[in-house]
Amino acid sequence: MSYLEYSVKRVPVGISKIFFINWPLVLLICAVAAFGFLMLYSVAGGSMTPWAEPQIKRFIMGLVLMFIVAFVPVYFWRNMAVTIYLLTLMLLLLVEFFGITSMGAQRWINLGFMRLQPSELMKIALVLVLAAYYDWLPLNKTSHPLWVLAPVALILIPSYLVLRQPDLGTAILLMAGGGAVMFLAGVHWLYFAGVIGLTAGTVFSVFASRGTDWQLIKDYQFRRIDTFLDPSSDPLGAGYNITQSKIALGSGGWTGRGFMQGTQSRLNFLPEKQTDFIFTTLAEELGFIGGATLLGLYAAILIFCYSSAMVNRDRFSSLLILGIAAAFFLYFAINMSMVMGLAPVVGVPLPLVSYGGSAMLVILIAFGFVQSAHVHRPR
Amino acid sequence: MGALVLRMRQLQVEEADQYRLLADENRINVRLLAPSRGLIYDRNGRIIAENEANYRVVLVREDAGDTELVLERLGQIITISPDDLEKVRKELKRRSAFVPVTVADRLSWADMAEISVNAPALPGITPDVGLSRSYPLGPDFAHIVGYVGPVTDYDLANVEDEDPLLQIPKFQIGKTGIENRFDRDLRGKAGSKRIEVNSVGRVMRELDRIEGQSGDTLSLTIDADLQNYVQARLAGQSASAVVMDTENGDLVAIGSVPAFDPNKFVRGISSKDYSQLTDDPYRPLSNKAVGGAYPPGSTYKMIVALSALEAGLIDPSEIITCTGFIEVSGRRFHCWKRQGHGQVDLRKSLVESCDVYYYELAQRVGIDKMTAMARRFGMGQKFPVPMTGISHGLAPTKDWKKRSRKQDWLIGDSLNAAIGQGYVLSSPLQLAVMTARLATGREVMPRLVRSVNGQALPDGRGGDMGLPEEWLKLMRDGMFGVVNDRTGTAYASRVIDDTVRISGKTGTSQVRNITAEERKSGVISNEDLPWERRDHALYVSFAPADAPRYAVSVVVEHGGGGSKAAAPVARDILMQALYGGLPPLEVYPVGQRDRIETERRALELRSPTAGVTAEKDRA
Repeated sequence: MSYLEYSVKRVPVGISKIFFINWPLVLLICAVAAFGFLMLYSVAGGSMTPWAEPQIKRFIMGLVLMFIVAFVPVYFWRNMAVTIYLLTLMLLLLVEFFGITSMGAQRWINLGFMRLQPSELMKIALVLVLAAYYDWLPLNKTSHPLWVLAPVALILIPSYLVLRQPDLGTAILLMAGGGAVMFLAGVHWLYFAGVIGLTAGTVFSVFASRGTDWQLIKDYQFRRIDTFLDPSSDPLGAGYNITQSKIALGSGGWTGRGFMQGTQSRLNFLPEKQTDFIFTTLAEELGFIGGATLLGLYAAILIFCYSSAMVNRDRFSSLLILGIAAAFFLYFAINMSMVMGLAPVVGVPLPLVSYGGSAMLVILIAFGFVQSAHVHRPR
Repeated sequence: MGALVLRMRQLQVEEADQYRLLADENRINVRLLAPSRGLIYDRNGRIIAENEANYRVVLVREDAGDTELVLERLGQIITISPDDLEKVRKELKRRSAFVPVTVADRLSWADMAEISVNAPALPGITPDVGLSRSYPLGPDFAHIVGYVGPVTDYDLANVEDEDPLLQIPKFQIGKTGIENRFDRDLRGKAGSKRIEVNSVGRVMRELDRIEGQSGDTLSLTIDADLQNYVQARLAGQSASAVVMDTENGDLVAIGSVPAFDPNKFVRGISSKDYSQLTDDPYRPLSNKAVGGAYPPGSTYKMIVALSALEAGLIDPSEIITCTGFIEVSGRRFHCWKRQGHGQVDLRKSLVESCDVYYYELAQRVGIDKMTAMARRFGMGQKFPVPMTGISHGLAPTKDWKKRSRKQDWLIGDSLNAAIGQGYVLSSPLQLAVMTARLATGREVMPRLVRSVNGQALPDGRGGDMGLPEEWLKLMRDGMFGVVNDRTGTAYASRVIDDTVRISGKTGTSQVRNITAEERKSGVISNEDLPWERRDHALYVSFAPADAPRYAVSVVVEHGGGGSKAAAPVARDILMQALYGGLPPLEVYPVGQRDRIETERRALELRSPTAGVTAEKDRA
């Protein structure tokens, strides 16, 4: 059922849309961001520079963008989905050829006023295009193999480009996020079981081949995988980050060491304390209570998104909201697992909290889509 | 989501303590604070070992900016050798930018003042002060107190010492003498400060500090003035002397010459100075007073006589005829007096030091009883005196020879032992103890440290030896005769003041064998021999003869005869000790006074305020 088939009479227009915004969600987002500002202020040794101030500016800019996106009718975004996807794909290709190399990875293109990371944009673009695809696709064809192949291609092409940058974290997020939208759209679970089974089987056979005559990969590759999976085997090299991160987290205890009292971050033992490992600082200084509170806020965001999606009778809208919620969940789940030593270290920032412009803007734009779908839902 | 919460709980609640500990290990460094080393005083409270301020300058690279320029400017104020400069450059390169590197140390106060004044032109340069050991009395106590030096890897490997202080770079520990034996007490307890460092080791702040406990203060039995006199009186020879208080065993002076300046070792002795010390045939580094082991010669005769008396094998009035030699199992044993002493009783045997008398006693008594008596007088044992390189000496028995030489004891060995030759060896310290015991009849034990932190250590008065007083009187009477009888071997070294009469016994110990041919053609006199083949001169004595206060033993290596080389020295030392300074010339025999006065003028004594002026020089 398409949007146009609903009555549009009761859909709010003009400035009155402001009353239909999902305000609790906005407040939750601001609360999480505030956590981030606090921590950035703290890791800078109690200073607004160099991180907290730009972050607040970007957040305000992002918030404005969110409202702009939210005020645009959701059908416009559905119609634009393919265009946005293709544009973003082109940007990714541009990065491939003209991107700025920083810290060993080629992820950014310079727009003059800011450095843009197209792989971040791709996260929403992919959710948009997949939601639009399944909105367009008749329901009975959802699990047809031919119609499954198309979205798989939509996912794998940008994932491959991102992997080449190389940015394993974002590639994983793209694939997992895309897969989540497909699953939500109702693609038969056997496909997912198949993919998971196949992956597990490959991983298993690679490991089983170790030390045998038919060993599938080289020894040094195995060693890399070893430190990837178990960083504690190399505590001063690859494992340094995660070891220090666990120390910081653990030393926080119930109530933490107190705001601005975290020794691990203040004395530079923590790497990337303002970006990927910011949750560690938070947990060190504010303790289990602080960490659990942030997790609670995230959970509340997910719940509001879920309930918004459930009441939305438009397929594109609910797919879009759930897809973005799923991507958001993957974001913080992978980051937290990583800093807690549950998952290998892949560069995934903590959404709304980690220092970083592109990620912040992209998340807020994504929540703009969620708000747009919420405001313009059929009534 | 649930998994995340559970994991967070596991890390932050269940394992929190463990991680808190790890975080503190990360950030907190414990730096040790060296305590100041305990001071050492003589018996009158004069300082012997102290800690002086060691002024130095350190350079912090990150504060200096252009280190070369700063070093060049610094070089215009103080002289830095090119070698040192190179070392500093290397150190600066190796260390992090914020680590202070010592550029120069042991600077004078004037240099320090000039550096402070020029501070604006010397960014990164900080004046600093540390403590270093110093011995204001110089060589006088080199052998007794010893010296300290930085901990070496060798020390760490050899000492089972867990004291974290030893890990402090350039920490000074006692290497020899009292510094070494009382090291644990002198060292004190390490203080510590806990500092917070960041991931690259930069010090952020000091968290807290526990001051160290400075080392114990030692007070010695030595009298620094007498010690100085003894060193000066012995100077010019390779000799040693021990002055012991017969009353309580206090070692009042322990001389050993030549000595060396221990301060050179503390500052790091140059290899030229060091080889000068090791190449000297007079062995300045060895502490001869306790570490030298010499055949005691005739000073041993009281022991032999006492063992014969105890065995009941001699009557003091029994006459033994000395014809100049005695023949035992086909070998001739000579008396030092070729023509013989004629009729000799016990007293005369001591006064004139007749060897044949003791050859006879040796045959009657046997070595084991002689040695048993020697042990009661302290021979062959290592006294628990806190010095390094203490000799056991040697009190031989039949068993000992079988065990160590794989040979049977021969009667000739006993005869040699009876005149303190052959296998018998004793140190000047042992000789002094022996003399003190003869003088008192008590088991006097040597004591070198009077008190630790004001707490007195037990003295060495000792209990009764269990020897009949009449025998001891015989010995003392004989020793009185040695000095005061016209025929006595040390008559020339008598004093004529009746209140301070000396009793003594000379000894001359052969370093070489006199062959039968040499004896026929006439024994070569000591003066005609090269130094290292001359006889050792020994002398043991105590005074006043009727109420002993001090026992003195003197050994002059290759000095010739004991009566000539050792006895006069002992007399001067005894008089110095008894009078507490230079004695009036009237105590000496009239004919010797002029010579003694000249000798006194030649004596190089430290001025009584030497230690104090040294203090002023530094300040």
